[in-house]
Amino acid sequence: MTHRREALLALLFALAVLAAAFAAPWLRFVLTLALAKGIAALGVMLLLRAGQVSFGHAMFVAFAAYAVAFLAGRVGDALLLLPLAMLLTSLLGLVIGLFVARYREIFFGMLNLALSMVFYSLLEKFYSITHGTDGMRVPAVTWAGMATERVGGEWAVLVAALVLAIGFALLARLYLASPLGEALQGIKTREARLEFMGLPPRRVLLVAYVLSAAMAGTAGALIALTTRHVTPLMGYWTASGELVFIVILGGAGGVLGPFLGAVAYELVRVYAAASVADAWQLILGAVLLAVILFARGGLFSLLRGRRA
Amino acid sequence: MGITRRDAVLGTAFGGLLLPSTLRAQPVQRPQELRIGITTFLSGPASVFGVPGRQAAEMLIDEINRGGGIGGVPIRPYFVDEGPGVEHLLGEFRRLVLNERVEVMLASISSGSCLACTPLAEELRRVTLLWDCGTQRIFEEKRYQYAFRTQANATPEVLAPLLYLLKRKPDFRTIAVLNQDYAWGRDSWELWRAGMQALKPDARVVAELFPRFGATDFSTEVTRLLALRPDVILSTSWGGELDTFIRQAAERRLFERSTFVMPLAESSLERVGRSLPAGHIVGSRGDHWFQHPAPADKARLDRFVNNYRQRFNSYPIYPTYHMYQALSALQAAYAKAMAGNGGNWPNEQQLAAAFPGLEFDSPTARMTIREDGQGLEPQLIGTSRHTDALPFATLSDMIVFPPELVTAPVGRNSVEWLRGLSRDILDRVPAPAG
Repeated sequence: MTHRREALLALLFALAVLAAAFAAPWLRFVLTLALAKGIAALGVMLLLRAGQVSFGHAMFVAFAAYAVAFLAGRVGDALLLLPLAMLLTSLLGLVIGLFVARYREIFFGMLNLALSMVFYSLLEKFYSITHGTDGMRVPAVTWAGMATERVGGEWAVLVAALVLAIGFALLARLYLASPLGEALQGIKTREARLEFMGLPPRRVLLVAYVLSAAMAGTAGALIALTTRHVTPLMGYWTASGELVFIVILGGAGGVLGPFLGAVAYELVRVYAAASVADAWQLILGAVLLAVILFARGGLFSLLRGRRA
Repeated sequence: MGITRRDAVLGTAFGGLLLPSTLRAQPVQRPQELRIGITTFLSGPASVFGVPGRQAAEMLIDEINRGGGIGGVPIRPYFVDEGPGVEHLLGEFRRLVLNERVEVMLASISSGSCLACTPLAEELRRVTLLWDCGTQRIFEEKRYQYAFRTQANATPEVLAPLLYLLKRKPDFRTIAVLNQDYAWGRDSWELWRAGMQALKPDARVVAELFPRFGATDFSTEVTRLLALRPDVILSTSWGGELDTFIRQAAERRLFERSTFVMPLAESSLERVGRSLPAGHIVGSRGDHWFQHPAPADKARLDRFVNNYRQRFNSYPIYPTYHMYQALSALQAAYAKAMAGNGGNWPNEQQLAAAFPGLEFDSPTARMTIREDGQGLEPQLIGTSRHTDALPFATLSDMIVFPPELVTAPVGRNSVEWLRGLSRDILDRVPAPAG
């Protein structure tokens, strides 16, 4: 797919999101969550390029969300909270990345899973601080110093999510085209070759890991600002699985894939829940099966296949 | 009048789109159907409560609609699954209010869901009845204009079994607790301990066990409790975990050594059958019991129990009564709001204004909603016993605690109120019946 065609697709996608949010006010909330999860899934996709599946990235989402919940009382502006949460999550990603970047494949996946479940338990057990499973309320925040009521606030966070999504998609595209990003493929095929070329694989993976943590953190902050209520469930392993699910659904072939996957995932879930409240999991599962059986590269490959 | 259907549709659409809802003071057209959203657990462990709640809602709404609906308007329910978590629930809440235009929401079994939904309901200015969740935090931390609770909260649900225990077994010396490790398990223990320190400061806590939420094996805990021999074992667990704990404790004869206090066990009685021996203290999150010793209207209770049994082949458990209460409060509130509005259909402010001080019927009692939105619900606690009539434990020596006795007063923090209790409260506990 050419650069221009991908840019055009991204533009169409952004316009479609805005149009849908304008036409159906209740969709603003769902689409904001979808964009946020798309950003997190984009991070998971970077690791997938190196052949590594993380079953623990919801930890970074939850970490950033709780950071926002704790800090919103003191730092009352979303435009400060977002970079702050991103920065804190990147630092956490660096610390954890130094450790997990030494491992590959099943060990990488399981270590991420284990660490995320430790974090989940901390959120649940430090009851006097986090209110456990009941979760914490995120106080109202201002946007660039302006107080917003419900509708204005919803638009603000949707537009912020859209801008950040485009920003991260561009960043990921540049990164994947750079030598450091191309080296990720090397980890997937044969690491020894990277070493011969003078590139330390551990550092290559660490950069991708920190970047993916930053993306998950941005997603977590956006989710916290949208739902205004955070619970430990955000960091549960099923939430990490959801991110991997979204990447598979959307396809790991291009940076648009995770966003297509996230929007499709949220809309399928909402419409399935609206039509059959007690069997929506069945519909979601059937959609994933269909994608795996008939479009192995995800929704993104369907688009590419028809147009290339 | 000359208002065509088209005018009405256009009016509603533009009113909804363009005018902030505060300005919509003109009389509201009586709708074709009264849409209500009901959030409940349809998946996950808490569906042991959510599915009976939904069944009760379907049965009761059928009955109300057969009788002409509310003010001549039939009810149409929209169900939402709480299982996927808060994000999904908040999205569905918005969809139902903004897209399906539901007039009233019945929100949530989980306290976390209620804490997340209530501020949103306030922002959307939609009347929301908290139909089952227990957390006392909601109305103690903030005041709401559109949210009301049609049942009690955790404080009376914990204080009533504590008073019952102090009446029935005043000389116990040691106590152990085994609760699920999540918000309710921790909260209920905090409330219990606050009350116990005020009313029986010499009781010694010998073990605080919090097995993880969703645990399926309690053998280590049972071993520990067998070794410690506490006089009393408190467990506010519910669902599959309580069933498993009761069965495993029964197999190893823990029930013979200690008296159990299980404030939510009413919902497990039929499932555990004869595994639960006689002589242990059982609560039902309210005065919900099909053999209530003194219901306000026995025919009403029997009708509800029999209809439910005929349709779903099991005895109704507490969430079904809570659903009855929410729908009954809704009917009473619409009747009150319409009476105050010259018989016209109320708008959302008029409907919300009908709830403080509202009186309505539960299957067993006449209930009221306080000015802070909290419902006043009596609490029934009893002791398990076995008879030949039924294959599971029923209750004897039941005490129905009046809500004023066990509920924290308006504006008081529950934990502080419990800490300040004096032993006089024990003299005001009614005598057992039945």
